Amino acid sequence: MLAFILRRAGYALIVALLVSASTFWLLYAVGDPAIALAGQSGTAADAQAMRELYGLDRPVPVQYLEWLGRTLRGDLGFSPFLNTGVSQIVMDRLPVTLALGTASLIVGLAVALVLGIVAAVNQGRMIDRAVLVFSVLGQATPNFWLALMLIVLFGVNLGWLPISGARDWTGYVLPSAVLGFFIMPSLMRLTRAGMIEVLSSDYIRTARAKGLPRRRIILRHALRNAALPIISIAAVQFGVLLSGSIVIESVFALDGIGRLAWESLKRNDVVVVQAVILIVSTIYIFLTAMIDVLNAWLDPRIREG
Amino acid sequence: MLYAACVAASCGTAAFAGKADDTLNVAFPQEIEPLEYYKIAGREGMILAQHVYDGLLFKDIATGEIKPALAESYAYVDDTTIDLKIRKGVHFHDGSELTPEDVVYTLTTVSRPDYGARYGVTVNWIDKVEARDANTVRVTLKKPFAGALEMLTDVLPIYPRARFAKDGSAGMAAQPIGTGPYKLVEMTPGTRYVLARNDDYYADSPKGRPQIGTIVARTIPEQNTQYAELMSGALDWIWRVPPDQAGKLARMGNIQIVNGPILRFGYLTMYAAGDYPTSQLKVRQAISHAVNRQAITDAYSGGSSKVLDGPCNPAQFGCEGDFVKYGYDPDKARALLAEAGFPNGFQTVLYTGQFPPAVAEAVAGDLAAIGIKAEIRSLQYSAASEAWRKGEVPMMLANWGSYGVADVAFSTSFFFDGSPDDGAHDKAVQDWLNVADTSIDPAVRLQNYRKAMTRITEQAYWLPLYDFSVNYAVSADLNFQPSPDEFVRFYSASWK
Repeated sequence: MLAFILRRAGYALIVALLVSASTFWLLYAVGDPAIALAGQSGTAADAQAMRELYGLDRPVPVQYLEWLGRTLRGDLGFSPFLNTGVSQIVMDRLPVTLALGTASLIVGLAVALVLGIVAAVNQGRMIDRAVLVFSVLGQATPNFWLALMLIVLFGVNLGWLPISGARDWTGYVLPSAVLGFFIMPSLMRLTRAGMIEVLSSDYIRTARAKGLPRRRIILRHALRNAALPIISIAAVQFGVLLSGSIVIESVFALDGIGRLAWESLKRNDVVVVQAVILIVSTIYIFLTAMIDVLNAWLDPRIREG
Repeated sequence: MLYAACVAASCGTAAFAGKADDTLNVAFPQEIEPLEYYKIAGREGMILAQHVYDGLLFKDIATGEIKPALAESYAYVDDTTIDLKIRKGVHFHDGSELTPEDVVYTLTTVSRPDYGARYGVTVNWIDKVEARDANTVRVTLKKPFAGALEMLTDVLPIYPRARFAKDGSAGMAAQPIGTGPYKLVEMTPGTRYVLARNDDYYADSPKGRPQIGTIVARTIPEQNTQYAELMSGALDWIWRVPPDQAGKLARMGNIQIVNGPILRFGYLTMYAAGDYPTSQLKVRQAISHAVNRQAITDAYSGGSSKVLDGPCNPAQFGCEGDFVKYGYDPDKARALLAEAGFPNGFQTVLYTGQFPPAVAEAVAGDLAAIGIKAEIRSLQYSAASEAWRKGEVPMMLANWGSYGVADVAFSTSFFFDGSPDDGAHDKAVQDWLNVADTSIDPAVRLQNYRKAMTRITEQAYWLPLYDFSVNYAVSADLNFQPSPDEFVRFYSASWK
């Protein structure tokens, strides 16, 4: 088991290194950071001054190695654009994205479990079809559109919820509803399929024959066994939510790391983009590695293969 | 889409913020850099910073007059020496009193090359700054510079020496301390800034007494979200609203649209120095006649924007000359192209880093009508600019805000000075501009700018497009005056 975990961690480390090196190189390929730093009113001389001041005139591999060395020592660097240390910027923004991701996952998971179970126990009936239609809608609705519609309804017309920003928990209600709706379909289908399979298995028939209450059979015996793949996918979805909430963070003007990454990309703020990508990919790699380990622990065939 | 949904549901518009709690809520689409003025490249951060700091002088944007501010008087000793008398009794937000030492330390520090001031032009003319006596500061210039007084306004704000010396640039960014009409009381770097009125603001300030109690400035990147916040009353001020959206917002009742011209202007620059078809005068003239600038201006700018004849904004000092006017005339364009040896046109690329792709498509469409097939490359500003400076770009759409300064020394001169930004390499133009930029005699300056501007149009190095105007959508409760320099003065705003 230990060897498996170490092997997994090794792969994860290589992936993280590759990701960081390729993004570093790509950032230099799309535009000169010194010109971006000098701003849209900056002259060629201003850009040259920035290049010399921040060492941007050195070869890209040298700059990358310097960045890597600093990062390994725990120093994420200094953003010349925000004139602030990168750790502070990331620490300001990461909680917003984590809160949004967690809330969205809870919303998505709660709706998916309820609908998935309802659909499974009513397999083939009208209510099953209705749930499927609802999930197709969740998959097909562009989330920026849904976000704007919810803003108009709950923010402008009814005035119940804030339209943008997250000064308190109310600011998370609309964005997490949109993101939750977006991740719900895959979780719902997994729940439904898993429940249908489990409900037709021998031990459920035995439980029924013993005369256990239907509710207890579904929630205690069936759902527990169907839950493992759902948890795996939910963990992956959480990673997706952390890296993929850029659009929703922009629409609702949430100061999360998704938007930070996007804004920093636009202004070639290399150190910030690197830090965000490093953190998000580390969380993502950690989550997938955890799932692998979890699955291996549950199923010895994976460990040996 | 937003309006359709809103009209169908008949949007309720209760104002629950703004006038009622004396808080001006404003939003910018761009991130706002922390308020260390000398390290700010974007306009948004500069706007807020001008509320927190003051300069030695102040430019009255209505009259162009330079007025005393932190300096109560100033005098030119000679072409390269300015004496300024520092006002007594002005206090920084931390309670310390302004002294000549603050001025000397600030200006000396930020004009050092290793300080890394974002815009070299604002500080690179300063040779030295020294205190003459208990209330006089002498600024010595490296060489005569027409824009020196202009630079000594809010462009070079004064920091408190003790704080600045101790905490440096990053310290000022983290916790700005100035003498200005507002103090920064809360911040999330990049996205949210809360300013509170400075009730101890010095009485004789040319900025006047600030009216509104609190200003909350946020970044809201999505325009539709800005409109929704404005309609709901949670926002009181947004800017750069496109003409079509402005018309719809104006019908919402609680919103007024204010339009104002600004110094920013757009142009199509053509690389004349390299080995491109655009290196030929006749090709540049053909392109100039091919583009229907009036239609493009009406469609993409509107408001008070007008098609320009000269390579500068007419509101700027020095924007005069016997400009060659290139009217929309596709037949003439085709004839010129044939004379240049391209009867069937040619293939080329058109870069754009600052204009929306739609404007580039409109230009490319007009060029296609005379046989020039221009492939559009819409890049980030930094990438487009980098390619231009390497001489890899035959044509580029660009615009320039002139740092908000109404003087061509801060606009056209940068692009015809022989630097990598100069795609013309015209020695005569370079010489005239150099004389005009460094003289402090207005007559000499005008005479030389005239020659340079005239020649730029004769040679069609640039096809001037239009001067920009900005739509502001603001709460109907707000008294707000737009400024042509794109520096928004919230300190002059008040509730109705």
